[in-house]
Amino acid sequence: MIRVVLPYHLRNLARVGEEVQVEVAEPMTVRAVLDALEAKYPALRGTIRDHGTLKRRPFVRFFACKEDLSLEPEDTRLPEEVVNGTEPFLIVGAMAGG
Amino acid sequence: MSSIRVLVGTKKGAFILTGDGKRKNWKVSGPHFAGWEIYHLKGSPVDPNRIYASQSSGWFGQIIQRSDDGGKTWNTPGSSAEELKGPEGFPKGESNKFVYEGKVGTHMWYDGTQHPWEFKRIWHLEPSLTDPDTVYAGAEDAAIFKTTDGGKTWKELSGLRAAKSALWQPGAGGMAVHTILQDPKHPKRIYVAISAAGAFRTDDGGKTWKPINRGLKSQFELPDPDAEVGHCVHRITLHPSKPDVLFMQKHWDVLRTDNAGDKWTEVSGNLPSDFGFPIDVHAHEPETIYVVPITSDSLHYPPEGKLRVYRSKSGGGEWEPLTKGLPQKDCYVNVLRDAMAVDSLQPCGIYFGTTGGQVYGSADNGDTWNAIVRDLPPVYSVEVQMLP
Repeated sequence: MIRVVLPYHLRNLARVGEEVQVEVAEPMTVRAVLDALEAKYPALRGTIRDHGTLKRRPFVRFFACKEDLSLEPEDTRLPEEVVNGTEPFLIVGAMAGG
Repeated sequence: MSSIRVLVGTKKGAFILTGDGKRKNWKVSGPHFAGWEIYHLKGSPVDPNRIYASQSSGWFGQIIQRSDDGGKTWNTPGSSAEELKGPEGFPKGESNKFVYEGKVGTHMWYDGTQHPWEFKRIWHLEPSLTDPDTVYAGAEDAAIFKTTDGGKTWKELSGLRAAKSALWQPGAGGMAVHTILQDPKHPKRIYVAISAAGAFRTDDGGKTWKPINRGLKSQFELPDPDAEVGHCVHRITLHPSKPDVLFMQKHWDVLRTDNAGDKWTEVSGNLPSDFGFPIDVHAHEPETIYVVPITSDSLHYPPEGKLRVYRSKSGGGEWEPLTKGLPQKDCYVNVLRDAMAVDSLQPCGIYFGTTGGQVYGSADNGDTWNAIVRDLPPVYSVEVQMLP
């Protein structure tokens, strides 16, 4: 099980708590987590990645183990701590600035 | 006695104002979808409990929400009540998939090059006059979508973008279908308005569209002031009893047409400024119209810091200021294009919201005004529902 932490607005939209768990098959990549998340919570489709291109929305970031994975290729394997459930995969609304 | 529901979309959520038939006592509920931009929400004319809302965010994109109980509860269409039961229940509807039909195409970009259409958000939702499951949605980048399953799936009526769209160009506010009007006497006739492209009409239910901009003059905005497309139309409106007569607030100029848009005539008359955003028609007097003059395209606030609604009882040309109850000094708010609506009680009620967060209402044709609420987030849209 991969632990995924959602930002406030997406928790409300999906009507879940701060953290959800999704079953992800190997290979455990960013793409696999997002696919599993959207399959379990279809209301989140289009909110993290664009519907058509499946590209990350510009102001959404992916963090794990104190690293920013947002710019990594989506086929990059997740850190081992995320794979074994020690650490969550964080989906974050980027800072708005100001 | 009838009561009234005023649906208010704001920069930080939706609010529902419920008033009694006298329009004196109001109850405010909200924010619904707190923290999200609500460009528009509107009820079905055939089922007042059915309300659609456009919820969007610079972070997370577009969501469509639907209420089947007058705004008490909301779901993304496609979710069944069964799925929502119990602590583990979560909505399965996605309802936010707006995909342009066919080859996506291009429009004019700021630098003169062609730029591909990119979906950004839904500005306006227009429920069908006859079917609560059918809704039209006006999108940025400009396109019209339609659902016939209560908002679960959306399909573009792509004929609109065949109407010289390579010449459409976004203004500073983007390029969106912001107004959709259905003709109650000719069910296959629909009008839309787009900034900055102009007004368009279909007579075949949305398959084909034509520009209807003859008579519009944009001498400061376009190299050809009489161009067929490219005009910055801010809002159009009609009275259901005379749907061939439309009124328009353009970037500059207030205009009317008496032949379904085939030819427009300026009726700005004695307005202190003919720049503005909303325009609306009295519920019972098809030649009585309302605008809110704004100083200029550079100064988006009322002239002289006085918030004045102007009313014409002659379909334009002759205008009178309506000021009682509205701030007449130090007022520098704007009133956006979708932020005015009327009720159909006697006498007619008029409502508008400001970028300063006030929603003003008049229960006497606009003669006097009161603030129903004063401190909401900036108001994007106002709609009215009559309840039995």
